[in-house]
Amino acid sequence: MTMKVGNRQVDGVTIVDCSGRITLGEGSVILRDTVRDLLSKGNKKIVLNLADVNYIDSSGIGELVSAFTTTKNQGGELKLLNLTKKVNDLLQITKLYTVFDVKDDEAAAVKSFK
Amino acid sequence: MTEQRVSYTLDSSLETIDSCEEKATRIATELGFGEDEVMQISMAVREGAVNAVLHGNSYAADKKVTLAFERTGNELVITIRDQGKGMDLSKIPNPLAPENLLKTSGRGIFLMRSFMDVVEIRPSSTGTELKLIKHVHGPTAGGKEASQ
Repeated sequence: MTMKVGNRQVDGVTIVDCSGRITLGEGSVILRDTVRDLLSKGNKKIVLNLADVNYIDSSGIGELVSAFTTTKNQGGELKLLNLTKKVNDLLQITKLYTVFDVKDDEAAAVKSFK
Repeated sequence: MTEQRVSYTLDSSLETIDSCEEKATRIATELGFGEDEVMQISMAVREGAVNAVLHGNSYAADKKVTLAFERTGNELVITIRDQGKGMDLSKIPNPLAPENLLKTSGRGIFLMRSFMDVVEIRPSSTGTELKLIKHVHGPTAGGKEASQ
């Protein structure tokens, strides 16, 4: 299953609903292009909703890190929402859980932006 | 996996990476591994295939990746070989070090070591051989060697 994304705005925050696999190749490219496009249009408060992401590899993890740092370097914030157990476990063992701001409630995630 | 050993010779392409993962998932499932272990094995194989295709063979059309699954005793032994220039293991950074946490690459071998019981990497000037071992708890497989 390839990755699909859909964007929506909630109180000035862009929610990116992701589904499928974030892996080397198409999945990583779609995520990269989506975040860059949002930033180029001035959308700097971003939440990646990963509820329907069922698989992620090391390239996908790298792309999440890249999205996080790219957003931060442009004065924005990127947070993660609704991690599946698999993705949660991967972020735990790679110690990235402490790097990302991870939320499990969309309303709380939106409110958490400054 | 009805044979004790099965091997594949594959192109250096993105499709090969997905194919390796799919084969690992199927074989691990057939051997009776649980859902979590199947995921771990398939992800380790995927990471090994990524290294072979990208870092080993650099997508070269004239270089192949060989993937083999072998049931030996109570172990599933997976071997992935590329035809690249080898790698310097001393230059692989620790992805958990604070200065490396925000790097966008370098986690593949770490994930393999996290998910498999044994990970052996043998680089040489004619390619790198990666051996991944997971202890088997499923039914015993039997049969003759096969190759595709």
